[in-house]
Amino acid sequence: MTTTKALNSSRRTFLKGAGVTTGLLVGFHITGKGVVAASPNHAFSPNAFVRIGTDNLVTVIAKHIEFGQGSHTGLATILSEELDASWEQIRIESAPADARKYNNLFWGPYQGTGGSTAIANSWMQLREAGAKARALLVQAASTEWDVPVTEITVSDGVVRHESSSKEQTFGELSEKASQQQVPEKVQLKTPDQFKLIGRNVNRKDIAPKTNGSAVYTLDISRPGMVVAVVKRPPRFGGLVKSFDDSDAKDIKGYVGTVTTPRGVAVMAKNTWAAIKAREAITVDWDDSQAEMRGSEQIMAEYRELAKTPGLPARNDGDATTAIAEAKHTLEVSYDFPYLAHAPMETLDCVIELTDQGAEVWTGSQIPTGDQQTVATILGLKPEQVIIHTQLAGGSFGRRATSDADMVSEAAMIVKASKGNVPVKVVWTREDDIQGGRYRPAYHHKLKAGLDDQGNITGWQHSIVGQSIVAGTAFEAFLVKDDIDATSVEGAANLPYAIPNISVDLTTTDVKVPVLWWRSVGSTHTAYSTETFIDQLASKAGKDPVDFRRSMLKDHPRHLATLNLVAEKANWGSPITEGRYRGIAVHESFSSVVAQIAEISFDEDGVLKVEKVWCAVDCGTVVNPDIVKAQMEGGIGFGLGAVLRNTVTLDEGIVDQSNFHDYEPLRLTDMPEVDVYIVPSEAAPTGVGEPGVPSIGPAVANAIFAAKGQVVTKLPFSEGMPDLV
Amino acid sequence: MITFTLNNEKRSVDADPDTPLLWVIRDEIGLTGTKFGCGAGLCGACTVHLDGEPVRSCQTLISDVAELNITTIEGIDGKAAKAIQTAWEEIEVPQCGYCQSGQIMSATSLLAQNPKPSDAEIDEAMDGNVCRCATYVRIRKAIHHASDLMEA
Repeated sequence: MTTTKALNSSRRTFLKGAGVTTGLLVGFHITGKGVVAASPNHAFSPNAFVRIGTDNLVTVIAKHIEFGQGSHTGLATILSEELDASWEQIRIESAPADARKYNNLFWGPYQGTGGSTAIANSWMQLREAGAKARALLVQAASTEWDVPVTEITVSDGVVRHESSSKEQTFGELSEKASQQQVPEKVQLKTPDQFKLIGRNVNRKDIAPKTNGSAVYTLDISRPGMVVAVVKRPPRFGGLVKSFDDSDAKDIKGYVGTVTTPRGVAVMAKNTWAAIKAREAITVDWDDSQAEMRGSEQIMAEYRELAKTPGLPARNDGDATTAIAEAKHTLEVSYDFPYLAHAPMETLDCVIELTDQGAEVWTGSQIPTGDQQTVATILGLKPEQVIIHTQLAGGSFGRRATSDADMVSEAAMIVKASKGNVPVKVVWTREDDIQGGRYRPAYHHKLKAGLDDQGNITGWQHSIVGQSIVAGTAFEAFLVKDDIDATSVEGAANLPYAIPNISVDLTTTDVKVPVLWWRSVGSTHTAYSTETFIDQLASKAGKDPVDFRRSMLKDHPRHLATLNLVAEKANWGSPITEGRYRGIAVHESFSSVVAQIAEISFDEDGVLKVEKVWCAVDCGTVVNPDIVKAQMEGGIGFGLGAVLRNTVTLDEGIVDQSNFHDYEPLRLTDMPEVDVYIVPSEAAPTGVGEPGVPSIGPAVANAIFAAKGQVVTKLPFSEGMPDLV
Repeated sequence: MITFTLNNEKRSVDADPDTPLLWVIRDEIGLTGTKFGCGAGLCGACTVHLDGEPVRSCQTLISDVAELNITTIEGIDGKAAKAIQTAWEEIEVPQCGYCQSGQIMSATSLLAQNPKPSDAEIDEAMDGNVCRCATYVRIRKAIHHASDLMEA
């Protein structure tokens, strides 16, 4: 508690010094006391994931953020299924930061969303939570009615005893249920008993997202709050030498500027004043530690590095000898650019100090990290930091940073400004595009040999690029024998039956900050491997689907997915003149996705992706329509990137700044999409990311089918400019 | 003081004349359904209706809306708006939802003027509205569906 006192006293001192009115102070205290939410309607809380009110509303507590993938609806569906609740009585709220209760079961002691794991890791946990809550309601009814539990049924939120015609709602039973003993073991349903899982129950977040009432971090306002925008160094690794804000002082609403380790933070009473004031401030930067290279120079160095094998990520047989002895060989190199995530809602975070500690409003993708970071910066204990996870306007990986990025930035500003008022940090689009944390640039070199039957005898794959996790809290989990798993995923686990395979990695040292970008390693490994396969098929004189089939006998999920998409698209049958098709299949996050893209060219030769057939095996499907939406969205996200997205640097300074030169996919670019789901009763696997990897290579393979050329420098606007 | 009508209510604000309408609506008036996406008229997230026409509120200065009628997502009404919002819900268009206010403002304006748009007309009206979740397949479908709802 000493730390809280220290903070409070420093806040008071600052308030006095700044001459802030007592009205603000009162406002502060009121908000401070409102931290602990009163238990509504004496709700019955059988466990950390569900609350049942006497008003008969069932609140599911979601440990994962909702930023578009439908996770809230999916999580609530799983719990409601075993609870036998009616979908209409379900409400959803975000869990607080509490790694003991709400950790991601695939991540150990961390609460967080990522790697397409929200549904997969929660599957058994929420089924049990629902079933246990149901058991308590049944026990309560059994006691109340004095009938055996075996004679009680539950459906649509009503508990019944058939023969005595007794029935009560969850709300009516909730108080009695709270006095029951939680059973240790419960019987879960068999798939044939599912009523909600596998059905298209409506998403709970749709109505507020169509009438403007959905609240995102940018919409949060606190009494006395200032808005801060940060002037960050133009080069990555740059530092502030000094700043001059004399021209900003005339701007109405300008509050002040503080220096933080991230740059100078310009505060104002509203967003526009902060943006204008930042433009008026000049900063002298120290570039002595900064990255000064341009992206072309960086890629040229990568190409050079690819000439020497890196560290082995996979080594089956002897690929070098097999290729040396092969009848035919093929070697192809690829360049992949840096990519920005560009979520529609740019990064933002609100922090307010209270008597108890600090409250944080943000699209928290890793609440454990956000909580710890804020605590460290502000000198609090983690449990003194309350995280209010908001709906977020997309992320695509951008909000999952090991150092809590915008959250730490807001905390630094609160600290530097002595914590007198709540602070909202807002990134502009320019900050977003130029602010780093990109999908790393990579160079790939692939070499393979074919025998006289057209079988691949040897496969060598070299990857050169930055590590996403080196130097972060994730390094311990994801780097083994100096190989960052995220750099080689999708390549090191190539599914094709090839007797001699080697995959190696050279990790580079560049100061451009990098991060996972929707589907991570598969964003580049799927492209290089799947387009290389098509080129080998062509050299072998074989059909791309047959060629893959012949090498997937030990991978039944890949084979079934590939076969399903080929069947649905009538692969091999004649198609409209002027149209061309390409296929790709790829596993990521334990889901397998196969896509066929059909393309055409207009009179100027500009590419149009007309239609995509997509098959997905993601185990048990909780909500088919959400799976379809994620495939559609993943296809659009991946397609936009391969068509024309690149972040380039000139002497360390990012060239792009907004949507005019980092041009996102638009409605006119979007193909028609048909999604087919491979039936499965296996445990669910992810869908947020796996729709992305296959589209790039499927379209590139269609271009190869049309023109006999493969785009090896991404995006297409760089590698084959006439197409875009 | 600049006076205008917002969602049928008279408003007066004391803002610098060069303040974009977007920030007046959000920060001064506190209606947050209208979103900031790019600040440069490139994404459409901030689309509102100005005397019935869709405009980018990040590129519309407050001094230019004096005595005019502004409608935001919170205030849209009428046959086209109702059809669009119903279709958006039935087809479950939104994912993250952040761009959808702008999408709905553009789509409503399209249907109000052209109740039976072709795909090409949808392209023209909606191409300025970016959705990073790429909900475009459903946006197109929902506009056609809304058009059918208006006929029914």
